[in-house]
Amino acid sequence: MLIKKSSDIPASEITPKGLYVNRRTFLAAAATLAAATVAGDKLLDIISPAEAAFAATKLNYTAGPFGTSEKQTPLQDITHYNNYYEFSTDKYEPADLAKNFQTRPWTVRVEGLVNKPQTFDIDTLLKMPLQERVYRMRCVEGWSMVIPWIGFPLKSLLDQVQPTSQAKFVEFTSLYDPKRFPGQKRNVLDWPYVEGLRLDEAMHPLTILAVGLYGDVLPNQDGAPIRLVVPWKYGFKGIKAIVKIRLVEKQPVSAWTKAAPTEYGFYSNVNPNVDHPRWSQAKERRIGEFFKRPTLMYNGYGDQVASLYVGMDLKKNF
Amino acid sequence: MKSKYFKPLVFIACLLPLARLGWKALHSALGANPIQVITFSTGTWTLVFVLTTLSITPLRKLTKQYWLIQYRRMLGLFAFFYGCLHFLTYIWLDQFFDLHSIYKDVLKRPFITAGFTAFVLMIPLAATSTQWAIRKLGKRWQVLHRLIYVTAIAGVVHYIWLVKKDVRTPVIYAIVLSALLLYRLVVLLLSRASSSRATRRMAESAIPGD
Repeated sequence: MLIKKSSDIPASEITPKGLYVNRRTFLAAAATLAAATVAGDKLLDIISPAEAAFAATKLNYTAGPFGTSEKQTPLQDITHYNNYYEFSTDKYEPADLAKNFQTRPWTVRVEGLVNKPQTFDIDTLLKMPLQERVYRMRCVEGWSMVIPWIGFPLKSLLDQVQPTSQAKFVEFTSLYDPKRFPGQKRNVLDWPYVEGLRLDEAMHPLTILAVGLYGDVLPNQDGAPIRLVVPWKYGFKGIKAIVKIRLVEKQPVSAWTKAAPTEYGFYSNVNPNVDHPRWSQAKERRIGEFFKRPTLMYNGYGDQVASLYVGMDLKKNF
Repeated sequence: MKSKYFKPLVFIACLLPLARLGWKALHSALGANPIQVITFSTGTWTLVFVLTTLSITPLRKLTKQYWLIQYRRMLGLFAFFYGCLHFLTYIWLDQFFDLHSIYKDVLKRPFITAGFTAFVLMIPLAATSTQWAIRKLGKRWQVLHRLIYVTAIAGVVHYIWLVKKDVRTPVIYAIVLSALLLYRLVVLLLSRASSSRATRRMAESAIPGD
């Protein structure tokens, strides 16, 4: 009896690794193509490429540090309760409005006070070693979630461009494209959305760029294809759909600070003792829970980040 | 409307917002943050009923549909009803009777101070809405019930102040309220002008022989 050894399989019959790894994408693309051929162009409008890619793109990742064991907020809530003013000021609308948002092609330009400015393609960034980080997310409005993000430390990207010694802050900019972001047709905020971190905050191991959640690529309404997550700060610091990261010397002005300087400061660290001028920040409602819970200093990440703010007047630097 | 069925129909229609909310609650269709949705919905309907109540007088005079007055009390009481639900949602579902935190909220948060004022001022109006009270209070009834203007203004301010940035919707309420108040101002000024003209005419005609 002839038993074939694995080495007997001709190389021509082995599926190329790229195709194997991306087999779901390949199948989805093949299915879309077949459907399109059969039903014509109309179907393509329905099964948009973005959706097909989303359904197919599981990410490869390992478990990361700092995770919480708290009950994770269901995907349905994470994807249907979004503050994403580029789509709508109504939290229930981005889920629908973001459905056909195109995230390809997409590049992230990293520049400014760096030795090696670079433009990263999103698909290159998706190949960075990805980790799952289960973080609490506290919105400045008084509600919170627990989200299993997938991403990589911002530091690992910044290290690649080598910030110079002059660089003190990092400024992030979102995509500006009113055709894709209907909310940008109105001047609710001064578009594009801009956020900033102090360099040490940006380099902190807790700070990540997220490209996915619950094992999949980031849903469009949660900031696809790439967003910032800084778990000890209020949610709005986590800028979405990033296209530019700039190392600068002066403290950037965030979009919300520009809109209401007395209400939203540069730091915006979660702090139960410093109220928003119009409402208390002492408690929060965890989405899915009935009773409010006390809000934790630095959103419970004090052990990791309190040292960054030693000696600072947190009432002044809100 | 002459039909005796019309009033009960309006009554039922006024309960539809509550029914819709109840139905959604039973079917877990209130989204990620149900308490916020309930608070928002009951608050919105309170304002809608306050403004509808305020629109009865201009409507009946401008369209000469004088029968509309029969609906004013009912609509006003529905404003109070939804106001109670809104207030109850806040102290029960939102704060869970945390009196200390409610007390601080009412004093420190301007938008809650405004909303609380609007609600509290509706209480004497609802309490004196009976035929008996109207007869008993006589002319003072009308003066007392002008408090509805304060409630309406405080209610709209409450809405504008709570919004984070996008004030489009509360501004619509503010515009409607301004129109309703402007109507009353115009009526007041016109009646003053005509009455002073009348007194002048009377004074002129009183001048003896010439």
